[in-house]
Amino acid sequence: MTAPEMGTGMGTGIGTGRYIGQRVRRKEDPRLLTGRGQFVDDISLPGMLHCAFTRSQIARGKILAIKTDVARDVPGVHAIYTQQDIAHYKADLLSFFLAAPDVEMTPLANGRVAYVGEPIALIIADNRHIAEDAASLVEVDYADEDPVVTLADAARGLPVHPGTDNNIAAQMGEEEIDEELAAKLKSAPHLITHKVVHQRISQSPMETRGVVVTRDGTEELTLYITCQSPHLVARWLSLSLGLPETAIRVIAKDVGGGFGLKNHPWKEELAVIVAALKFGRPLKWIEDRYENLVGANQAREQEMTLQVAFDNDGKLIASHGDYSVNIGACPQLPECNIAVHMFVWAAYKMPAYGFLTRGWYTNTVGYAAYRGPWAMETLIRETVLDIAARRIGIDPIEIRRRNLVTLKDQPTMTCMEIPLEDITPAECLEKLLAHFDVAAFRKQQEAARKEGRYLGLGVAAYIEPTGAAGSIATMTGELAQVQIEPTGKVTAIMSTHSQGHGTATTMAQIFADRLGVRYEDVTVFEGDSSRGGFSPGAAGSRQGVIAGGAAIMAGDLLAAKVKQLAAHLAEASVDAIRIEDGMVHVEGSPEKSRTLRQIAEIAYGEPDRLPPGFEPGLEAKYRYQPPPMTFASAANACVVEVDTDTGFVKILRWISSEDCGTPINPSVVEGQIAGGLAQAIGMVLLEEMSFDDRGNPLAATYKDYMLPLISDVPTFEFLHANTPSKSVGGMRGVGEGGAIIGTPTLVNAIADALAPFGEVPVDLPLTPAKLLSVIEGRDLVSPTVAPEAPVVVAVAPLVSAAPVVQAAPAPANEILIDGDWKMVLSTPVGPQEMTGHFETDGTALSGYLAAAEGQQAFTGVVENGNNLLFDLKVEKPLKITLKYNLTVEGNRISGKCKMGIFGSAKLTGHKL
Amino acid sequence: MSKHHIEMTINGRRHSGDVEARVSLSDFLRDDAGYTGVHVGCEHGVCGACTVIVDGKAVRSCLMLAVQAEGAQVTTVEGLAASDGTLHPVQQVLLEEHGLQCGFCTPGFVMTLAALTDGDAKPSEQQLVSALSGNVCRCTGYQGIRRAAKRLACNEAGENS
Repeated sequence: MTAPEMGTGMGTGIGTGRYIGQRVRRKEDPRLLTGRGQFVDDISLPGMLHCAFTRSQIARGKILAIKTDVARDVPGVHAIYTQQDIAHYKADLLSFFLAAPDVEMTPLANGRVAYVGEPIALIIADNRHIAEDAASLVEVDYADEDPVVTLADAARGLPVHPGTDNNIAAQMGEEEIDEELAAKLKSAPHLITHKVVHQRISQSPMETRGVVVTRDGTEELTLYITCQSPHLVARWLSLSLGLPETAIRVIAKDVGGGFGLKNHPWKEELAVIVAALKFGRPLKWIEDRYENLVGANQAREQEMTLQVAFDNDGKLIASHGDYSVNIGACPQLPECNIAVHMFVWAAYKMPAYGFLTRGWYTNTVGYAAYRGPWAMETLIRETVLDIAARRIGIDPIEIRRRNLVTLKDQPTMTCMEIPLEDITPAECLEKLLAHFDVAAFRKQQEAARKEGRYLGLGVAAYIEPTGAAGSIATMTGELAQVQIEPTGKVTAIMSTHSQGHGTATTMAQIFADRLGVRYEDVTVFEGDSSRGGFSPGAAGSRQGVIAGGAAIMAGDLLAAKVKQLAAHLAEASVDAIRIEDGMVHVEGSPEKSRTLRQIAEIAYGEPDRLPPGFEPGLEAKYRYQPPPMTFASAANACVVEVDTDTGFVKILRWISSEDCGTPINPSVVEGQIAGGLAQAIGMVLLEEMSFDDRGNPLAATYKDYMLPLISDVPTFEFLHANTPSKSVGGMRGVGEGGAIIGTPTLVNAIADALAPFGEVPVDLPLTPAKLLSVIEGRDLVSPTVAPEAPVVVAVAPLVSAAPVVQAAPAPANEILIDGDWKMVLSTPVGPQEMTGHFETDGTALSGYLAAAEGQQAFTGVVENGNNLLFDLKVEKPLKITLKYNLTVEGNRISGKCKMGIFGSAKLTGHKL
Repeated sequence: MSKHHIEMTINGRRHSGDVEARVSLSDFLRDDAGYTGVHVGCEHGVCGACTVIVDGKAVRSCLMLAVQAEGAQVTTVEGLAASDGTLHPVQQVLLEEHGLQCGFCTPGFVMTLAALTDGDAKPSEQQLVSALSGNVCRCTGYQGIRRAAKRLACNEAGENS
């Protein structure tokens, strides 16, 4: 069982109640335990047909011919569609930010293929067996090309997408380290340069992707889809298909895990939906595991180099980070992960930080979110701190104590200008250390080493932005609608969605407490876009924080309504009314007690007995907009033993000390943390999605892609700090934390165990062969950890990462600059289109930039005849000055926009 | 493709059907017999979500053909609870120990544990955990599942024999 809880005072949170804060049994479990859940493959509709895909066998090339004749003749096949057959439908592959991609992406391959597994043809047949038979009979002729597979390939290879200059999908920060920062790094007593390589991960929800779609006449489209939010899918689809006039209903009752993969539909689901529009019968596609491992979007595959300067006391002086992520050919998130830099030093007293961050296109399957997409920041920071501690000769715990932001240090601002008010990583660490005797462990470690056994202790601390709302279009508040039915039972409809999160349980706990009814009498519904309001569902550790706040507010509104009516009926004051266990009591008048059902029957059915102005019925709703960011904090420790004969790692102990504010249900909280920690163990020791040099995936079954099993995961011990946040109810998000902090905790433990042999390169996963290479002091893993061989034949000229900003020698020409320009700025949330109007007068520049949100005027200068320099001040999302540096060459304009702490964004455009 | 007539007893009820030889038992149980509690997670025998009990033994129904189950007694997760709704001890313990989150892998864990703790069997905790290493759960980190296995090994298995 778990360790005792160590709750502190509950401050301004809602604290514990009869149900809130209790380990209440989950409402979802009885149906799931008895096989009565409803997952997408459990849906069958009359007249429904089944789909399968013919997928690309090569990573890159031109499609010369698609021959479908033989496949079409298989009995039971109804139709075979290629992109050509569905091209007349609008079907945009929008990003999670709802932005259109800045490279061509189509549901089915359009003349070219860009990764192995890319869907080329869709087969509609009587059943899945026949559809697969036919899919294998579709013949595709290709003109094969050399693929760009790795990050290194991306930097030097031909562009993945025709018409682009290079493989950089998104870039921010500065290519050159700022001189002042460079000087600080160079002059520091200790400068550590640390590189981390993170492998590619398959999110691997146990339920693969799938969709059942039916077009009901021309007015309605109904979808059953395994997803993280039916509301987001409906919104995404409406924009993607441009069908605002069609009622789109999305239903997803039970979902077998999402972890970031199922935020919104992608190529396959969209192809099936368009095919259903065209073919006119209900269609089902259920991804099999082979398809999921080869064709579903994946995550991570990042490399980062962090330079960190320390003084002689181990205090931080300055740092620089250079990050790259392989986002494949058709990513759901065509981004460069700015959050890595926003949070890398957020919990530490870091005076100066600079960065360069890039997302790279390659000929691999696209990038999608996975629990804590920015987790590299905690991995690289917490591992470099241990390396620094070893090198400077300080205890790894001490180096954290000297640099962590404590409660006493707050309010304060991070080096990336994020305000901190109540983060508690330092306090979580102290709580952890009170529970784990480090000195005793060190003695045990020393004794074991004498026996040739290598034990290690890993410690890590972190903070995490949770419950974010308002920063990007899809991240909104949450809606709670609650009613006391005429029967006296409570039903609530939430904008939340559970893929195992247990929101039907935790929200019911809140309503039961706030309304004074039994937990058994509350039912929470979700999972249907036709009821409840918009929310992105499970994304960004948000539901407990935001929906919890909404449930509290809506519950309180409804309780007030019950009290008003009860007071009126009893001719008592509202203050005298108390609701308990479904009974409405009047203080001092026990004879006037009524059941909630009696009150409800009057509220709905006897309008004459209601107070003046009282809206009949007992219903309330509230959309809660939380503070922009609510931080969760944690510190973890784990103890491992590394077998120096085999390189196998055994985890002996693991302690999680976390602060999720008010825990609505500690079992649900611990379940979220434990699941994330298990995924962290998978990332450190087991899981790896890699490709050969032709871009063929090397893991196509769960025999090759190894998920953590019960034998790989220890029993976790939990400590809870429970410092209420400033959001209503005081909750802090807990969905992603385990996957973020678990990774460096385990890496540090392994590195500590093997410290006598030297540093362990952080090149995940740390397989036995890689650890034996450290232990034996020789390379047993080649070629993956061998130094990169020099490129003998450069296929393409080296692509310059730098946007062209230097003045071209073209002569100044006012006519070229003056006028209107169509321009696209590549921002962290997707490309932003705008019109630029320029007027020149000698070297003076004036004009305005206009976008959908409005227009803003500026003045600036023209240098060297064609170099435009001007500034714009903006207030949202933060007060920053945008510094534009653009170069005009003929009808083209290009350059960059410096966006304060967000670094630089690329701009391209042409004359209108 | 030729079809084969098969008959089997599923959760105490006779069921017959005509299937192609290539149809897996899992597909037959789901699509033909309607027992959608049989979940197909990998279709290659690794994840264990499709585990059912055939003639007293836990089997992966994705690796068994429907025709191989001709004449067999098959129990799926739908057939474990009593007719009055009382949960099977394995289901009850998993409920109490928060042994599941999304619930997709759950039928496989339930059936594996049910097969091993059936009748007079008194497996040790180690035996149960060892058997469960053939089932994958992506959500829970196995914490509640391990607690459930511990309780089933120490107490409940004996009481329910």
